[in-house]
Amino acid sequence: MTPTTRNDLIGMYTKMLTIRRFEERVAQEYAAGAIPGFIHSYIGQEAVAVGVCENLRLDDRIVSNHRGHGHCIAKGADVRRMMAEIHGRKTGYCKGKGGSMHIADFSVGMLGANGIVCAGLPIAIGAALAAQLEAGDRVVVVFFGDGASNEGEFHESLNLASIWKLPIIFVCENNLYGANTPVGDVLPTSTIAERAGAYAIPAKTVDGNDVLEVREAARGAVAGARSGAGPSFLEFKTYRWHHHFEGGYFPDLRRPEEIEAWKEKCPIKRFEEKLEEDGVLDRQGREAIDREVMAKIEDAVRFAVNSPYPDPEDALKGVYSE
Amino acid sequence: MRKLSYQQAALEALQEEFRRDGKTLYMSEHVNEPLRQEFGAARVRETPISESAFVGAGVGLAGSGFRPVVDIGMATFGFVAMDQMVNQAAKITYMFGGQAEFPILYRMTIGTGKSMAAQHCISPYPMYMNAPGLKIILPSTPYDIKGLMKAAIRDNNPVISFEHMALGDTIGDVPEEEYVIPLGVADVKRDGADVTVVALARMVHIALDVASELEEEGISVEVIDPRTLVPLDRDTIRASVAKTGRLVVVDEACQTCGAAAEIISLVVEDGDTYELLKASPKRVCAPDVPVPFSPPMEQYVAPDKKKVVTAVRQVIGKKLKIGGVGSNTT
Repeated sequence: MTPTTRNDLIGMYTKMLTIRRFEERVAQEYAAGAIPGFIHSYIGQEAVAVGVCENLRLDDRIVSNHRGHGHCIAKGADVRRMMAEIHGRKTGYCKGKGGSMHIADFSVGMLGANGIVCAGLPIAIGAALAAQLEAGDRVVVVFFGDGASNEGEFHESLNLASIWKLPIIFVCENNLYGANTPVGDVLPTSTIAERAGAYAIPAKTVDGNDVLEVREAARGAVAGARSGAGPSFLEFKTYRWHHHFEGGYFPDLRRPEEIEAWKEKCPIKRFEEKLEEDGVLDRQGREAIDREVMAKIEDAVRFAVNSPYPDPEDALKGVYSE
Repeated sequence: MRKLSYQQAALEALQEEFRRDGKTLYMSEHVNEPLRQEFGAARVRETPISESAFVGAGVGLAGSGFRPVVDIGMATFGFVAMDQMVNQAAKITYMFGGQAEFPILYRMTIGTGKSMAAQHCISPYPMYMNAPGLKIILPSTPYDIKGLMKAAIRDNNPVISFEHMALGDTIGDVPEEEYVIPLGVADVKRDGADVTVVALARMVHIALDVASELEEEGISVEVIDPRTLVPLDRDTIRASVAKTGRLVVVDEACQTCGAAAEIISLVVEDGDTYELLKASPKRVCAPDVPVPFSPPMEQYVAPDKKKVVTAVRQVIGKKLKIGGVGSNTT
């Protein structure tokens, strides 16, 4: 296990809690009718985004999917501008043009959430090729789910990354469902990671709800990519607490007992227990952090709802770069 | 002035831009050998048959400071990567609020004339014209393809170059000195007074043949080559039709919702130009059928000289001699 300072641990905990509180607040805003469109909640999967991004520098890049708020926060984006974008305001990251599914902050290397399942993989391949050609040691991480592993682009992208030995880490968040489809109905193998072997890419399947295990698995993958060893594949077993998206547009068919069982394995709760056990953070300390995080999220919501909507005619701007 | 083929002129454009800008990069399933010899295998990449992956990689490369040229090959293969072109490349500048530029040149081969049959023959530019965020060039001569490709590579947006399969060996004048043709500027390939023929890609050459032939009869045909479909040079097209009062559009794409439909619409919907029309516009397009294999059928579905002459005569009124009814001297 990598030696870690107390600050590192507190930092990871704070980030996970930030994601959790952000997503809870967004769900509230959505239920109150303040957010248009779709929200795909990341609640329950916080350890993956935080554990992986803990190994990344500012100049490393990530590409995300429709469930991208957690990745965005873990990579260092500003929750105010995220909240404003989600609320469709002019002050959002994308000037209200994108919304939740197209959140991006290129200044921190977050190259965008994507509304097309698996479409981020080819884009990430391009970013990784750029990193390779620059001859530094920058790496690219692409996040996607179990559903994406059945798209053609998944196979094309793994193949291409492998033959070109690209500095890319494929991170598959297997949360056991693609919308309402259980992964067992559409996956003929017991893991997704074993698909990587067909493309000569080393792969691991890891408990995605243990942030320190996630971090350690990603550490090796990132180090390999930086040293020119090429791509690797990490499958993290995790679970989303909320349905595919907020709003009840179609029913959540998962059994309530299953959801409860996974809530018991909450990545934040597990990390809290470990930090308490190791004398790093007690209840008082946790509550202080929670107050700070909540204040930050409330500030983000205030910023969002007090920000103006774009002018309707802004719809005609920004199609092309100059 | 030198005589170069369409293909040679395209290669020259690439060579010049690759020398000029070290961030350019080429990806194709068939390696571009001359380019690879000069610039090396890291910059001139051979891809597997994975269109979605390498078309999408173009987006990732562009957003990371590179300037990729992605040669998809036949335009029919482009559909495999349609999501990456239409949902990703076309929309990414807009959706992300302009956080990055995405300079990409996609090259695709279009048209008919070599018996390649339905899954290798198409002129799909109308479909892409309807996907905001792309720019589209449609070069018809060696001079045009070189100048337009240079502009396209320097453009900070995704541009698609549709290159006709039957034009590869056609020869034309290409200057020694460097030049760039700005996107969005149509070319009056031939001045005329009696009728405007707007023609696309290979059809430009057919239109010019028709113009020469009809000149003998005293019909003066103006041939306009838009060269860029997005952005389209509406002003030049409208000004020409305002002058002649008659419009024929020749487009090898299938008739329904083809580029001809857009060109006629932009003329007709402009009140000032509409009032000057002396006849309703005509389009000469491919019929709405997949491209057939057997040569007599393949030739039949493409617009040809005879069909264009018929259309010109229809807008002019009847067979004319100089000074007859319907000519510009009336």
